[in-house]
Formats: sequence, C-alpha cells, structure tokens
Amino acid sequence: MEWLNAVVQGTLLGGLYALFAAGLSLIFGVMRLVNIAHGDLIVLGAYLGLTVTIILGLHPLLALVIVVPAMALIGYVLQRGILNHTLGKDILPPLLVTFGLSVIIQNALLETYSADPQKMNAGALETASLSAGGLSVGILPLLTFGIAIAVIASLQWVFYRTALGRAFRATSDNQEIAQLMGLNRRHIFGLAMALALGVTAIAGIMLGIRTSFDPSIGGGRLIFGFEAVIIGGLGNLWGTLVGGVILGVAQTIGAKIDPGWQLLAGHITFLVILAFKPNGLFPRINE
Amino acid sequence: MTKKTSTWTRRSFVAGGAAALAAPAILSGTRAYADNPVIKVGHVSPRTGPLAGFAEADDYVLEAIAQAFSAGLENNGKTFTVEIISKDSQSNPNRAAEVAADLILGDEVDIIVAASTPDTVNPVSDQAEINDVPCITTDCPWQPYFFGRNGVPGEGFRSTYHFFWGLEDVIGSFLDMWDGAGVSKTVAGLFPNDADGNAWGDAELGLPKPLAAAGYDLIDPGRFQPLSDDFSNQIAAFKAADCEIVTGNMIAPDFATFWAQSAQQGFAPKVVTIGKALLFPSVIESLGERGDGLSSEVWWSPNHPFNSSLTGASSKELADGYTAASGRPWTQPIGFKHALFEVVADVIKRAEDLEDPEAIVAAIASTNLDTITGNINWANGPINNVTKTPLVAGQWQRDGDELDLKIVANSNATNIPITGELKLLS
Repeated sequence: MEWLNAVVQGTLLGGLYALFAAGLSLIFGVMRLVNIAHGDLIVLGAYLGLTVTIILGLHPLLALVIVVPAMALIGYVLQRGILNHTLGKDILPPLLVTFGLSVIIQNALLETYSADPQKMNAGALETASLSAGGLSVGILPLLTFGIAIAVIASLQWVFYRTALGRAFRATSDNQEIAQLMGLNRRHIFGLAMALALGVTAIAGIMLGIRTSFDPSIGGGRLIFGFEAVIIGGLGNLWGTLVGGVILGVAQTIGAKIDPGWQLLAGHITFLVILAFKPNGLFPRINE
Repeated sequence: MTKKTSTWTRRSFVAGGAAALAAPAILSGTRAYADNPVIKVGHVSPRTGPLAGFAEADDYVLEAIAQAFSAGLENNGKTFTVEIISKDSQSNPNRAAEVAADLILGDEVDIIVAASTPDTVNPVSDQAEINDVPCITTDCPWQPYFFGRNGVPGEGFRSTYHFFWGLEDVIGSFLDMWDGAGVSKTVAGLFPNDADGNAWGDAELGLPKPLAAAGYDLIDPGRFQPLSDDFSNQIAAFKAADCEIVTGNMIAPDFATFWAQSAQQGFAPKVVTIGKALLFPSVIESLGERGDGLSSEVWWSPNHPFNSSLTGASSKELADGYTAASGRPWTQPIGFKHALFEVVADVIKRAEDLEDPEAIVAAIASTNLDTITGNINWANGPINNVTKTPLVAGQWQRDGDELDLKIVANSNATNIPITGELKLLS
C-alpha cells in the first residue's frame, strides 16, 4: 500500500512537472529555442497571480482569467521585441539572451516583491483530499494533474487541428519555405511564445498554490521541466506528460527508499533514459 | 563624400576604460576628512538572494548606527570618525569571501563584521583569519561556525569572534516547550541535506541524542534535498508512527509544501516546531490560517528585557522603530544586527591602540557588554572565540488581526518573560 501511495503521489506530482515542461517543449518544437528563463517566467506567473488575487480579492484559480492573457501578451512582446532578433543558425545567442533574461527577471522580482516567501491562498482547496481504501489523494494535486492533461490535450488540438497549428508545424519544418508561402515567421514565433507563456502562467499559479515561492526558486524548477521534455522526447507534447510522470514517480519511489534519494532518483532516471534513448522515449523530431 | 568615423576605436576604448576603472581609486585617495583619524568597519550581509530576509532591516539598523556614530567615538582621548562600508554577499558563500577580501585588501578596513547563517559568517571569518583582521560575527548557531571552520576546541581562532546560541540551546528550548504540552513523546524529524539540516540531525551533536535522553522517540526518515516537491513518504512514515510533534530545520518553501501535503494526507500533529522556516512573520502570513499555532526558536523579540548600550533604546523601541520606518513587522535579526555594532563601538572605545590589530582583538576578547540581545562576554563562552546569548521558544498566535510570536517557554532564560501559553494545533 505504501508503494502504491508513492506511485500515486508521484504520478500526480508528474502533472505539475508536465505543466512546467509543456511551455518549454512547445517553444523548442516550433523554433528550436532553449529558454533558460523558463523557470523564472513560471515564478513571474506566480507573482502576477499573487498580485491579481491580492488586488482584486479573487481566488487564485479565477486569477488565471487575467494572468494567462497577461503572460501571453508578455510572451508575444518578448518574442517580437527581443528573442526574434537572436534566432538564427547559431544556437548560442538565444541561450545567452534568455540566460540574461533570467537574471533580469529574478532581480526585478526581488526589487518589486522583496525576498519574502509568498504563497497564494486557495482556501479549503489546499488541504482537501479524497480517501479511498487507505489512500489519501489531495484534491489540489489531482486538479493539477487534470489541468496538465487538459492543457496538453488542447495544445495537441491546436497543433494538429487548427490553421495556427499548421502554421506552427510549417515554420517548424522549414522556416524559409513557410515564409515563401506567405506566413510571417516573426508573427508565428510571437504567437508560439504567447501560447507557451500562457501555459507557463498556469504552471506558475499551480506552483504558487502548492508551495511558497520567492524570486530565486525559478532555476530549481527549470531543471525538472527540461528533464521532463527530454525524457518524453523533444517536441512531443504527450511525451512531455509521460516524462513528467516518470520523473515524479522516480522521485517518490526514490524517497520511499530513502528521502535523500528523492531528487537523485529523478536525475538518475533521466540520465539512464538519456544514455539509452538519447532522443527521449517518443521523439518527434529526427535530426 | 568622406565618411566620418565617430565610432570607438580599440585605442580610445582602452584609454577610456582604464580611466573609468582607475577613477574610483584616485577619487577615494582624494577624500577629505576633518582632522579626526578614521577607523573603517567593513560589513558583509546577504542583502539579496534567498537569505535576503535576514538582512531586510540592514538599512534601518545601519542608519541608526551611523547617527549614533556621527559625533565620532573616543579612544584614549582622541576622537575617531567611524566609517562603515557595507557589502552584499548575494546569499552566496563564494561571493561573501570575495567581498570580505575586497574589504580587507581594497578598502583596508580595521574591523570586519558579518551576520546571517553559516553561508555568510564562515567565509567572511575565514578571510579575516587569513589576513589577521579583527572580525566579529553573529546570527549563526555556533556549532556550524566553529566546527564548520575546522575549529579545534582549546585552540580556537586568532582574530575571529562570534556571539549567538548553539544547538544545545535549541534542543533545550524545544524540550522545555514540549514537556509542558502534554502530548505523546513521538517526534517526527525533518532534516534537509544542507549545513543546518546535517548539524541538527547529526547522531552525535544534533537532536537525536538529547531527545532520546529526555525520553522522546525520534522518527527520522533521513536527509532530503532542499526544494523537494513531495513529502508524501515522510508523511506516511510519521502517520504510521503516530507522531504528535514535528520538528526539524527547513527552508520556507519546503515547509509550505510539507504542511499542505500533511493536511491532504490527513496527518495532524499537535505541535509543529521548526527551525529557520518559521522565523519571519512574512512566512507565517503566507501560510494563511494554517500559520496560526506553529512554533519556533526565539533569539530576540520586542519583549526581551534588554536595552541598547549605544542609543539606550529598549527592544520594543528598536522593533517599533523598524515597523514605523518600513511599514513591515519586526524580525529577529534586527536586534542582533544592532548588537553587532554595539560591540564594535565598545571595542573601538576600549582598544589600547586602534592602529594595532592585535590590540583590537584583545579588546574584543575582553568584552563584557550588556547589549540589546543580552550580555556579551567571550570569557563565558562554551568554547574558544564563542559566546552565547539567551534563547527561548515561541509560538505564532493570532492576536486580533495580526500574528504575534508569543514566548511560551523560557526555563533556559527566565529573565525573558513568558507572553503566552502553548496552544495545541489539534
């Protein structure tokens, strides 16, 4: 029963990791951009959520209605204003620029919100749970997992069932030809980043309800996002969810053996998968 | 048409850059002071980064100190101007060592002080020790300070001195509080794999031995990595053992994760006493209703019956002054940061020769001063170069609209009044 509990809790934790990773996966899939500032953008989303809940007195989940469009707008402006200029044959400039961005976001948050740990208050939702046959499952982790599935399903739908998704895939396959066909690549990239940061906003708010956050924790979250993306296979959205779940379960099983192994077990699983399947479990992109 | 070149050439860049780099050095050489000789005090503190909460009152404290020092300090009939140079460690031990070296070698400070956790105190002290600069530090339990720097009991250090409390005081205060609670003696232990967690959980020097001696059963599932996202396994172990007390040393985000998951998993301990995570009112506020009733160690509070030797202000006046100046609730490091400069002022007044580092060190060693954090006298320390200030235990309790840290157990320092009674969580 204890092992079953570890697996269940790990699976639900995987939902959170999948939310961290979905935005990364999307950006990489469309424009081959590795966004080092992703973790800090998650924290930025959490702080925006906090600001909205405090000013308007909304429930954190309702705050999504405002924070998701706000982050999407930031994403579009960021992509058109800065990141588009760094994209090219060389993969180094976007890495360096997003790294700088990460430092800037962290310090701007520190300046604005101070180093105090903050938490969003979601009331009874935080502590509510379902019990069945000796297992207790928190409503919040369950909800996070549900949201992760919903987010990934809708991203998948956007990618394969809409004109926008076709444009994403076309630019991803060949930027020049897509451009020749009348697609404005800059605009498409802007929209992809907007969509990615919209998802990041959801991740930030779910993180902010689950635990407390301060401006410096972004980097620690980025690594789980990266690992989930790579385990699942670059550019594969459902793979990202699987990657998140594998990472989450590896962590809780590791912790079951010894709490010191919690993070280590996750990292080792990642390395083993990387060693045997360098492209991840379900690669979409073959290069 | 000729093209004008107004761009930077390599030559002009090098010349301009060199001038810009050299400017501060030249300018500092031309600073004019009144006739008074100057004594420089270097101060290292984590102003930014994860430890910034410890240093949030720096500006307020330093301003009051600068005011108290404005007329200069008298030493052997001569008035000295005191200049305080404060630098940010960015919560990073490497950076702390770097700015300490900078203060010692670049600014040529006469005394260096530092505060807040082993990550700041130890690297600064090490730099001071290598360079034979008198150094005073605080706000870090003495075991990580002394043993973390490979101190040898009986020998100690040449020029570095420290005042704070030790793990034995934390354990004593916690036991004192739990003994009166009337709950079962099964304790859940949460110790992360960091400097503090390893010291607290250490089988020989940490909590396990004294807890066992006092009849408590400690359930310690093992060290976990800080910033874990899941504590369900620990919670399952604690539930299985029917733990009624939870203790340990955690950072705030980890505690928040643990505490929310405990509720989801139906683990409801009666007493939760955690070091480090529960020190600051901002953290407790962020936990909402579930912050009420958590307990922690108390190093300093507005109710401590001590006064500043510099300004005469009481603990309450110092804390209220901070709230008035910043609009934020008081925090425990305020008193210690103030006391640090009380000691500095006392040493500057008493030193036989301020030009001689050894005379300054001798003055530090012979300190016997009643500060806002209690008496500081290195002759009374538990080990070389260390002296202790009193420690009590407190519980966050809702008092009207605000959460207040009530002192609920004081048998280790009975001069600090009890301000509340321990309430059980469930």
